[in-house]
Amino acid sequence: MTKAGTRTAVAAADAPAPAVRLPRRRGVELALLVVAVLLSVCGYCAVGLARTGTLPPGAFGYGAGLGLLALLAHLAVRWRAPYADPLLLPIAVLLNGLGLVLIYRLDLETPNDRAAPTQLVWSALGVALFAFVVAALRDHRVLQRYSYVCVAAALALLTLPILFPAVNGARIWIRIAGFSIQPGEFAKVLLAVFFAAYLAANRNALAYAGRRVWGVQLPTGRVLGPIVTVWLVSVGVLVLERDLGTSLLFFGLFVVLLYVATGRTGWIAVGLLLAALGAVAVGRLEPHVHARVEDWLHPFASIEAGQGPNQLAQSLFAFAAGGMLGTGLGLGHSVLIGFAAKSDFILATAGEELGLAGLSAIFLLYGLLVERGYRAGLSLREPFGRLLAVGLASIIALQVFVIAGGVTGLIPLTGMAMPFLAQGGSSVVTNWAIVALLIRVSHSARRQYDGQVAP
Amino acid sequence: MTRYIRYAAVFCALLLAALLVNAARVQVVQSGSYDDNPANRRPTIARYGQPRGDILVDGRPVTGSKDTGEQLRYERTYTDGPLYAPVTGFASQVYGTTLLEHTEDGVLAGTDPLLTAFPLLNDLTRGRAAGGDVVTTLNRAAQRAAYAGLAGRKGAVAAIEPATGRILALVSAPSYDPSLLSGNGRSVERAWARLNADPDKPMLNRAVRQTYPPGSTFKVVTAAAALDAGVVTDLDAPTDSPDPYRLPGTTTSLTNEGEGCADAPLRDAFMWSCNTVFAKLGVRVGAEAMVATAQSFGFNDTGVRIPFSVAQSTFDTSVDKAQLALSSIGQYNTRATPLQMAMVAAAVANGGQLRAPYLVERTTRANGATVGAAGSRPARQVMYPSTAYRLRELMTDVVREGTGTNAAIPGAVVGGKTGTAQHGLGNSGTPYAWFVSWAKGAGDVEPSVAVAVVVEDAAADRGEISGGGDAAPIARAVMEAVLRS
Repeated sequence: MTKAGTRTAVAAADAPAPAVRLPRRRGVELALLVVAVLLSVCGYCAVGLARTGTLPPGAFGYGAGLGLLALLAHLAVRWRAPYADPLLLPIAVLLNGLGLVLIYRLDLETPNDRAAPTQLVWSALGVALFAFVVAALRDHRVLQRYSYVCVAAALALLTLPILFPAVNGARIWIRIAGFSIQPGEFAKVLLAVFFAAYLAANRNALAYAGRRVWGVQLPTGRVLGPIVTVWLVSVGVLVLERDLGTSLLFFGLFVVLLYVATGRTGWIAVGLLLAALGAVAVGRLEPHVHARVEDWLHPFASIEAGQGPNQLAQSLFAFAAGGMLGTGLGLGHSVLIGFAAKSDFILATAGEELGLAGLSAIFLLYGLLVERGYRAGLSLREPFGRLLAVGLASIIALQVFVIAGGVTGLIPLTGMAMPFLAQGGSSVVTNWAIVALLIRVSHSARRQYDGQVAP
Repeated sequence: MTRYIRYAAVFCALLLAALLVNAARVQVVQSGSYDDNPANRRPTIARYGQPRGDILVDGRPVTGSKDTGEQLRYERTYTDGPLYAPVTGFASQVYGTTLLEHTEDGVLAGTDPLLTAFPLLNDLTRGRAAGGDVVTTLNRAAQRAAYAGLAGRKGAVAAIEPATGRILALVSAPSYDPSLLSGNGRSVERAWARLNADPDKPMLNRAVRQTYPPGSTFKVVTAAAALDAGVVTDLDAPTDSPDPYRLPGTTTSLTNEGEGCADAPLRDAFMWSCNTVFAKLGVRVGAEAMVATAQSFGFNDTGVRIPFSVAQSTFDTSVDKAQLALSSIGQYNTRATPLQMAMVAAAVANGGQLRAPYLVERTTRANGATVGAAGSRPARQVMYPSTAYRLRELMTDVVREGTGTNAAIPGAVVGGKTGTAQHGLGNSGTPYAWFVSWAKGAGDVEPSVAVAVVVEDAAADRGEISGGGDAAPIARAVMEAVLRS
């Protein structure tokens, strides 16, 4: 591992082009981190001031805790990945801090069910994992060797919850010693690694096109196998675990990576066709999914039926109540959403209390995070790293779109965690792992800068 | 591969754009319709999120708010619920608002734009003005005297200051405690069901929402019409009135309770409440003039608001002579609210000028600054001043030596008229005891109070029911309370 790293460094130094080294920008990262922590502490204080007129007693502890985590992550990056993109870590810290503020704020409405302390512990675990990955994984290409271990582990994690009882209609949780864990969250990263490795190795074979039908280059039957397998796994997840969101995410991720790896629009056509077929079939057969589609088409049907607003209607009410500038932190009533207000529907609280302005800012933060991931992928020269970066960034992009689109009524609602914001330990830990991998990839990309495409 | 990564990035950018556009749609473009959805609890939560403004009587609040700590945080309380219920109404988290709580809701709930100094700034900061107060015209002592006088018997009292139209007392009995309906729990549902099922109808505001046949008290209107029309020019000249009086065009004969009504002059007929004399006077005045006079007193007016609406008092406009005769003594289709009859007494007391009655003196911000004031209401001349002067004479005689001696107040000039109205099929119901009156204090230039009292079930024994016996003492207590304060 160490040898490989040294070799590339030497190779870069020996390159014929003038050895222009990009600035490391660790100072920028530190300054942005201070801003991110201060913004979160301001939000925390704003909640207290709005609710009781006084600063919340834990403001200092909260700020110190978040600051400490940020500092730890920053030191890990400074130590082991000094060329990493300076925006990735501050965005993650800001989103995580904002999520803690929102969960703390919703805890005030449900005094018997406090989620913020647990979330803080999970965030600490996530940052610890981040620091570990950044420090221990000297070169992301090592992961390529373990691609089949990854896919085996991912499938095991995905199938594990089937053995456990369903929670709220979905079999995606396992409970161990009082902790709820969503193994599917960890599987996302493992699958991204596997896809990247598999496609990097086989992309030339996959790019070989078969017959043309109606002007579309169809893939050959021999290489159609993997895509059908992944499709079947997705549908299996959907049917067996009733988890529409995760299945959509896996499938979308695979299609994106397949396209990026081969450049064949035929893949997209086949992918979309299969997705549509699967969606229609499952929508017909699964009442759970069918109901979600009905809710999306007629969010106020339950009101007209005299049964009161459903969760989606309450979520829309919350967003609408926010308007342009929001009610202010601590002053909204998104708790009316009821169940899952702190997890799947956390964005409604942001929308109501921070308004369209705040919500757009959050979307743009995610957009920036994804963009930095893509940028790292663009500037790398080896296919595995490129596909890994694009895959990880796409996970965030698809996940944000699926859940944010769901709670704002853009697409049918599927249960999924808003990255970093939502309550959910597995999700936060996974997202920190994703950011850690992106940091590693961007470090490689920027260190190997050859003076052509500046990341 | 670079090109495809760029395309994939463009795809992600499209997703972001879709999210942003959709967020703008939900939060800005369609937010109005979502905010107004009746299933959206936010307006309700905001409404009860702050203490409601108070309704004031004699400068002291008769309402309050209590912090329940629930989602709908503040609940209405009432210091003297049953006493002021016909004025305040209720403010329920489940069943809405009524009466002043309803008409003044904007001020009380803090939504009236006049309550904020800078409305635009308030919109931006989403601040909500503190609830303002409603200052009523009520006289606490008069209200208490009226409520105590009815003593739970079914009935109502309305008292007006004749010179201004300020309502000094508005009482309905039996009453109810509106605070029972304030909250949103099971007990509120039970109270609502119980109050609505109660055969005594405690939530009926008898002073303004119930009409009764006014009986002999209507003779004030008939006398005014006769004097204005010149049918009677001398109060002491004998009228050409047979006893019994056969209703024109019928074989039915009208009689009197007492003796000596044949050809009695107006003064005696008024004092002893001769049905025969007034029935014939009404016929002689004619339907057109009778209707005109009754309507100028406020009968047949559907738009009376004080500021909540008052039931329409009626005087039938298409009648034959027999019906006109009965209408002129407050029977047939003649019906009046107690407030209407108080207006009749007030017009007489105020020299023939009627001021529209009102309950709200002014509305204020929470800090006491005036938002709106009642101001001077237009007056309506309903009869010649000379007619009013002679009617005051007639009414004074009633209290001095006629049927209304129970209303006399030592040292004050009191004028009144009793009534005992038959009703029900074949006059089988327990008659209503009426008394309308006004009083002028010893040192006063003009009468300072006009009252109407109606008692529905005055006594079990039909023979003892009379306006003078049951209603007049209540009117006296109210007038005394006003004169003393």
